[in-house]
Amino acid sequence: MNRHLISAADLTRDDALLILDTADELARVSDRPIKKLPTLRGRTVVNLFFEDSTRTRISFEAAAKRLSADVINFSAKGSSVAKGESLKDTALTLEAMGADAVVIRHSASGAPARLAGWVRGTVVNAGDGSHEHPTQALLDAFTIRRKFGRSAGPGPGRGGSAPGGALDGLRVTIVGDVLHSRVARSNVLLLHTLGAEVTLVAPPTLLPVAVGAWPATVSYDLDSALPKSDVVMMLRVQQERMNAAYFPSVREYSRRYGLDGARMAQLPEQAIVMHPGPVNRGVEIAAEVADSARSTIVEQVANGVSVRMAVLYLLLGGAEAQS
Amino acid sequence: MTGTWLIRGARPLGGEPADIVVRDGLIDSVGGDGGAPAGAQVLDASGLVALPGLVDLHTHLREPGREDAETVETGTRAAALGGFTAVHAMANTEPVADTAGVVEQIWRLGRQAGHCDVHPVGAVTVGLAGAHLAELGAMADSAARVRVFSDDGRCVSDAVLMRRALEYVKAFGGVIAQHAQEPRLTEGAQLNEGEVSGRLGLTGWPAVAEEAIVARDCLLAAHVGSALHVCHVSTAGSVEIIRWAKSKGWRVTAEVTPHHLLLTDDCAAGYDPVFKVNPPLRTAADVAALRAGLADGTIDCVATDHAPHPVEDKETEWDTAAFGMTGLETALRVVQAAMVDTGLLDWAGVADRMSRRPAAIGRLPGPGGALEPGLPASLTLYDASASDTVDPRAHASMSRNSPFAGRVLPGRVVATFRRGAPTVLDGKLA
Repeated sequence: MNRHLISAADLTRDDALLILDTADELARVSDRPIKKLPTLRGRTVVNLFFEDSTRTRISFEAAAKRLSADVINFSAKGSSVAKGESLKDTALTLEAMGADAVVIRHSASGAPARLAGWVRGTVVNAGDGSHEHPTQALLDAFTIRRKFGRSAGPGPGRGGSAPGGALDGLRVTIVGDVLHSRVARSNVLLLHTLGAEVTLVAPPTLLPVAVGAWPATVSYDLDSALPKSDVVMMLRVQQERMNAAYFPSVREYSRRYGLDGARMAQLPEQAIVMHPGPVNRGVEIAAEVADSARSTIVEQVANGVSVRMAVLYLLLGGAEAQS
Repeated sequence: MTGTWLIRGARPLGGEPADIVVRDGLIDSVGGDGGAPAGAQVLDASGLVALPGLVDLHTHLREPGREDAETVETGTRAAALGGFTAVHAMANTEPVADTAGVVEQIWRLGRQAGHCDVHPVGAVTVGLAGAHLAELGAMADSAARVRVFSDDGRCVSDAVLMRRALEYVKAFGGVIAQHAQEPRLTEGAQLNEGEVSGRLGLTGWPAVAEEAIVARDCLLAAHVGSALHVCHVSTAGSVEIIRWAKSKGWRVTAEVTPHHLLLTDDCAAGYDPVFKVNPPLRTAADVAALRAGLADGTIDCVATDHAPHPVEDKETEWDTAAFGMTGLETALRVVQAAMVDTGLLDWAGVADRMSRRPAAIGRLPGPGGALEPGLPASLTLYDASASDTVDPRAHASMSRNSPFAGRVLPGRVVATFRRGAPTVLDGKLA
């Protein structure tokens, strides 16, 4: 496995399965009354957030703390970054403080890749611009695996567990602003690596011009895609797209690409509905769908902690530290 | 240092070895066998290609205003070391070169530096703001004798203003050099819109944003019967449009940069902003079309778009980094790699595209771009058999943002003469 996790493309199928299997094991820890492991004791994880994202930050924070790492939260607001300190100087500061891992969220695509060139520690991309959000894709794959009964379970394997399976043959439909979505990019790459068949559904204005080169099928028609979906993943419509002529109006977007109760009824019986959050209820997803039994929105959040624990554990060599 | 020189055994335009005698700033003879004239300094140039002194239509010298990135002194040193005897200094300085006073200042700084001729380019509009024509006539009549006008860095996007500028400069034989970039189609644009920008999540700079302006301006130039020069052509579509405009007999010329002849948007994969440039690096298909266009003469010349930036403007996230690359010291070497070593252009072709035609487009006085007795002895001696790894730290430019850093390039500029005086000897400033 690479030292950093910057793109879902960094992960081979075996890497991805190892992370998911490890997350399954660690999830069992989270079910215990005492949720803490000593694995990363003495290691320092910095959460470097240049963009507000409370949910992602606390997910990483909880993951690092459950592994007993020291956690430093560094938010750009009110910090030296707001006073014009460069990313490089911030990186050198963290380096001097001895950060073993830097979890970075940044509005500029590629910021984690730049950071990785300036620090010795491990860099984990927690979302960069319109580029990628690999741990989101991992937690989504983890959630899908659980829902379709392919997770690792107790058994005769290493550590008394049987490894889980991949996502071969599952049909995943991702709907919405693919053009600007880091969640979509990471998911297309990871789900493809894991064998799923990915379909992207969006108005043509919200697809990259060269999307044909992606390992996914493209459709402009949600209704025709839904009956062929085991998983439908709704992307958030960002406020700033609403006034930039990507679509005529929020209502028209919602009518053509929103998932409401009637559309949900077209899904196969076993299908699940996912959303990375935060949800725009009534825009890309109706309240009745978000709150339905098919919805995995809350589980995704819970699974995020286990998956991020696995990522930190594996990238920081937790296995070696333990033995 | 103008005196008499015997340049022994050089290959004029890559042809058979011949002795070149330089006397009183002029080429005295080419291929004579009279031996060394009395008092001549002898330069052994056996094996070296002799080219007419290179002319760059597109250089950013940054002075006045950004002397932390480049000065006229350091930029012209870089030019001489790259084999150039004349450069056109773009107008996007601070203050903008939009008055006779500023262009004369730059012209004078060039004369003081003395490493190569500096021809200031005048801004088309006041402050490059795209609203009002700058005093083009005053700049034309100034000591700097400006003939090329450009808002480079920005596009003259207003069609009426562009039309007026093209018309107005007919009075003094000027040319409008357009930075073709439709502004609305390129808001926040970071990288060629295509497979790579989609994958990297960088806002796309679509080819059509260049081509739409190139097409419009060709039509405008035809309509008013004036001369258009298209800066840094970067797409296959632009090449086709310019080929079509030329087939109509319209007065359209074009340049391509060395980096667009060699590099593609794949270079951006690691988000290193040293590869961030405007117009952006395009695809391999565009590179092939640009090379073909330069080879068949659709694109008239190579121009560097040398754009120095201090380290801190490049050691950032991609989005916030400055656009631009240095190029003066690598231009001829890149052209050798992209055009000569590939068999697309011979050395006579290189002389045409890097000296004769840019001199003509720049309306430089006197005949240029040839190595013939009686012409000014501005020439470049080039060792095409050399090669080494590009190290920007060794460059004379103040800035280090060369996209060719770490790349092996062929060739070495050995000597540069300007009107009979060496500016570079043995690869070093004379």
